[in-house]
Amino acid sequence: MMDSNYYMVDIEEYPTTGWGKFKRACRRAIKGELFVGLWVVLREMIRFDIHTISYPAEKMPIGPRYRAVHEMKRLWESDTERCIGCGLCEKICISNCIRIDTRVDEESRKEVSEYSINLGRCIFCGYCAEVCPELAITHGGEYENASDQREHFLIFNDMLTPLDTMKAKAQREFEGFGAITPNEDSRVKKTPLAY
Amino acid sequence: MDMAFIVESLVKITVIMLVFSALAGFGTYFERKVLAFMQRRLGPMYVGPYGLLQIAADGIKLFTKEDIIPSGVVGRIFKIAPVITAATAFMAAAAIPFWPSFSVFGHEVHPIVADINIGLLYILGVMGVGLYGPLLGGMASANKYSLISAARGAAIFISYEVITGLSILAPIMLVGSLSLIDFNNYQADGISSWLVWKQPLAFILFWIAAFAETGRTPFHLVANDHEIIDGFGTEYSGMRWGLFFIGEYANMFFISFVMALVFLGGYGDGSILGALGLLLKVAFFFFFFLWTRAAWPDVRPDQLMWLCWKVLMPLAVINILLTAIVMM
Repeated sequence: MMDSNYYMVDIEEYPTTGWGKFKRACRRAIKGELFVGLWVVLREMIRFDIHTISYPAEKMPIGPRYRAVHEMKRLWESDTERCIGCGLCEKICISNCIRIDTRVDEESRKEVSEYSINLGRCIFCGYCAEVCPELAITHGGEYENASDQREHFLIFNDMLTPLDTMKAKAQREFEGFGAITPNEDSRVKKTPLAY
Repeated sequence: MDMAFIVESLVKITVIMLVFSALAGFGTYFERKVLAFMQRRLGPMYVGPYGLLQIAADGIKLFTKEDIIPSGVVGRIFKIAPVITAATAFMAAAAIPFWPSFSVFGHEVHPIVADINIGLLYILGVMGVGLYGPLLGGMASANKYSLISAARGAAIFISYEVITGLSILAPIMLVGSLSLIDFNNYQADGISSWLVWKQPLAFILFWIAAFAETGRTPFHLVANDHEIIDGFGTEYSGMRWGLFFIGEYANMFFISFVMALVFLGGYGDGSILGALGLLLKVAFFFFFFLWTRAAWPDVRPDQLMWLCWKVLMPLAVINILLTAIVMM
């Protein structure tokens, strides 16, 4: 048996005779629907519950996962950059907008010498943040990025957290693509060292 | 016809034109603000305090915009059509008394440019001639949408003009004169002598016809933005379009004056209280024009014609018959 949630809508028959149409016109003339509309609109004007946000004086808060202009994070323990120069973000970028150049420095460690993102090509998809193994490249909340040219390049130091922000312990972690989940400590499976 | 009369008339004409052009500007500001508050938003806020200088900004823009005459239009008619709209709107104000007569330095001043004895007929006739502005402008433009809008204007014009004439006939029968000052004096004995109590049906019918005449929602079909862009005004820019615009808003104000004078008692006994009362009544009618624009949807042209010919015209004729029977 088909238990349908459909029911016949209560529409009366359309009148076919002239007398029926006349009766319908009279009934519609006496209904005060128009005045209900007037009252609704006047009530809104009296209540004055304005929903306009006077941008740019007032701005709506942006969510923590919003994918706007990129930010490079530092490590909390040592204040050094998290980026290890692996090049995964450049490889996975869909629009080929990241260019990275690395070299091996005096202590045989890999160092990023050039890093640039072309914001004109970037589609802000979040793949670079998701693939980064160190949570170095993330997205920030800077959505007002109008520029005077299509190819607006950002270099590494533009996006890196400033040192005084780090000293003030004020670096905001990105909670979107690539971030660890809030209860990761209890979720992660411990290594069976007892084997 | 002495010099003093000519000079006085010229002064009155200048005052009326300046005041009502300014009021048309303020009318646009009030329309935007009132519509915004009714729609839970703010309207103009940035230009000047609370957006008041928006009027000046719009005026400067209209004056300084380039006057484009497209190449396919019929030149002279295209140029003269907006002038017809604005001119007839202000010409209709010649027979409207805006203030009770007062005396200054012993000289009696009647704030009406021409107290002719066919006042109401003149006003309605001139407002009817105002149809030619959109009609000629729409036909002279080399644009399909303007042509459609001009055709719509001509089609509904007959309908609402019939209602305007028939509905106002019953109050004219009661008052016995066409002059608006006589209408006012007939209702000078306080609120109970207003014509709206004796002719409520005529009031409603004339009010509906006023909505159709000024082209306000729910009868905003001649220049309906969603269907025919700006209708007859599509090809116009700068001050020519400004003239159409001023004509439309001045028409709204003048017909509010006519309704207040004919049905709601005008300025009554001529005191300052009565004059302020007249301004309040006109303000109420203007606010009602804006109020319905926020609240009601538009009707189709054929629905408007159905309404006028099949509903309002029989009612108007019945009203005239009843008035005649009661008067006998």
